[in-house]
Amino acid sequence: MFENIIKTLKSNKGEILELWMKNQLASSVITEDLMTNQELRKQSEELVNALVNNLNENSINDSQSPDFDQLTELLGGISISRARQGFSPRETGSFILSLKEALLEILKKENSNVNEVFEESLKLSRLLDNFTILTFETFIKGREELIMRQTDEITDISTPVIKVWDGILALPIIGTLDSARTQVVMENLLQEIVKTGSGIAILDISGVPTVDSLVAQNLLKAVSATRLMGADCIISGIRPEIAQTIVHLGIDLSQVITKATLASALQYAFKSLRLEVRKTALEAAGVTNQ
Amino acid sequence: MEPSKKMEIIPLTRGTMMVFKDQDVVPFRNEVKEYAERIKMGLVNQTKLITAASEMVRNMLKYANGGLTIIEIVSRGPQSGVRVTFKDEGPGIADIPQAMQDGFSTGKSLGLGLPGTKRLVNEFDIKSIPGTGTTITIIKWANG
Ligand SMILES: Nc1ncnc2c1ncn2[C@@H]1O[C@H](COP(=O)(O)OP(=O)(O)O)[C@@H](O)[C@H]1O
Ligand SMILES: [Mg+2]
Repeated sequence: MFENIIKTLKSNKGEILELWMKNQLASSVITEDLMTNQELRKQSEELVNALVNNLNENSINDSQSPDFDQLTELLGGISISRARQGFSPRETGSFILSLKEALLEILKKENSNVNEVFEESLKLSRLLDNFTILTFETFIKGREELIMRQTDEITDISTPVIKVWDGILALPIIGTLDSARTQVVMENLLQEIVKTGSGIAILDISGVPTVDSLVAQNLLKAVSATRLMGADCIISGIRPEIAQTIVHLGIDLSQVITKATLASALQYAFKSLRLEVRKTALEAAGVTNQ
Repeated sequence: MEPSKKMEIIPLTRGTMMVFKDQDVVPFRNEVKEYAERIKMGLVNQTKLITAASEMVRNMLKYANGGLTIIEIVSRGPQSGVRVTFKDEGPGIADIPQAMQDGFSTGKSLGLGLPGTKRLVNEFDIKSIPGTGTTITIIKWANG
C-alpha cells in the first residue's frame, strides 16, 4: 500500500523542493543574515534527495534504517552548524517541520482517496517526526559543545598571574578550582616563577565560593609544586565561614602559610623579603601638624 | 535549641536535579544555596551545607558515574532546614564504617568527604547496597 507514497514522492521531487522552499521563506523565521537563499536552497535540495531517493518499503518504517545514513549525516551536519551559527531552536526545528508539510501537501494533491491519504500521512509523519527529534538532539549537542569550548576559554583567561612586586607573584583564583583548572593554574604559576625568578607566590581564594576537599587538595598540590620550585606559597582570602568549614571537614592547612586577606599576605611577603612600606616624611609631617 | 528528635520531619518544597557531569556541580551547588537562602540560613551554615553537598555529588560523580539529587525544604517543629538526598546506582560501599574514617580513600583523594560531611551537617544518613547503589541524606537546620 505504501508503494504509492514512495512513487508519488519520487516523481514529485522538484515540486517538493519548491513547496518546501516556499514554506521556509514564508515562515520568515529564517534569519537572512545567517544564510543566503542559495545556500538554503542547496541544503534543502540535498536533503530532499537524500530522503526521497532512499525511501523504500523498509526504510519508510524505520528512521534508523541504514538507507538513511546519508540523510542522518546531512541533518546532523545542518543542526550542528546551525547551533554554532546561533540559529534559534525554532528556526532549526521548522526547517525539518516545514519539509513535512510540503510532503503531506504533495500526498494530498496526488491522491483523492481521503482514507488512504490519512494513512499515508500518518506513516510519513511518524518518519519525519523521528528526524525532527534527531535534529533537536544534534542541535542541543552542538550547543553543549559550544558551551564546553567557552568554559575552556574562560578557564584560560581567568587565571592570570600578576607580578605585584619584584619577587612576589599573586594569583587571584575566581570560581571553582576543579582538577582541569588546577592544572592550568599550576602551569601558569610555575612558568611565571621561573620567568620572573620570584621567591613568593600568593594564591588568593577570595573569589572561590566553595572550598571542599577536592579544591583543598588541589590548593595543596599547587603549594607543593611551588615549594619544589624553591618558592614560598601563601594562601590568602580565606573568609571566616570558609575557615570554619575547612576545620570541620578535617583539612589540615597547618603546613601552609594562610592569611585572611591579600593585603596581609602582601605584608607578610614584604616582611620576609625585608621590605618595608612607610608613609613618606612629608606626609608623616602633615599628619603631625594637624 | 535542639528540636526534639521525636517530632516529625515535614517536607515543604522539593526539587530534583540529575548530576552526571563535572559541569553539573556548580549549578547544583547554586540550587542548594537558593534553598538555604529561602529559609534565611546564616552564612556559616549555608557554607557548611553547600560544602557538604558538594562533597556528596563529587563522590557520586567519581565513584558512581553520577546520580539523582533531591533538594527539599523541611520543617520539624519550629525548625526549618534543607534536606538533600543523593541517590546513585553505582558499586555501593561494602564497608561503611571504613569509608566513614578520616583519610580513607579508594580514589587517591583526601578521604574526608564522608566523615567531613557528617561533621558539617546536623543529620546524616547513609544506606548502601554493594552492586546496587548508595543513598545518602543530609539535613542542615537553619539555626543548627
Ligand atoms: N557514592 C559512592 N559510591 C561508591 N563508593 C563511594 C561513594 N562515596 C564514597 N565512596 C567510597 O568511600 C570512600 C571515602 O569517600 P570520601 O570520604 O568522600 O573520600 P574520597 O572521596 O577522598 O575518597 C571513597 O574512596 C569510595 O571508596
Ligand atoms: Mg569524596
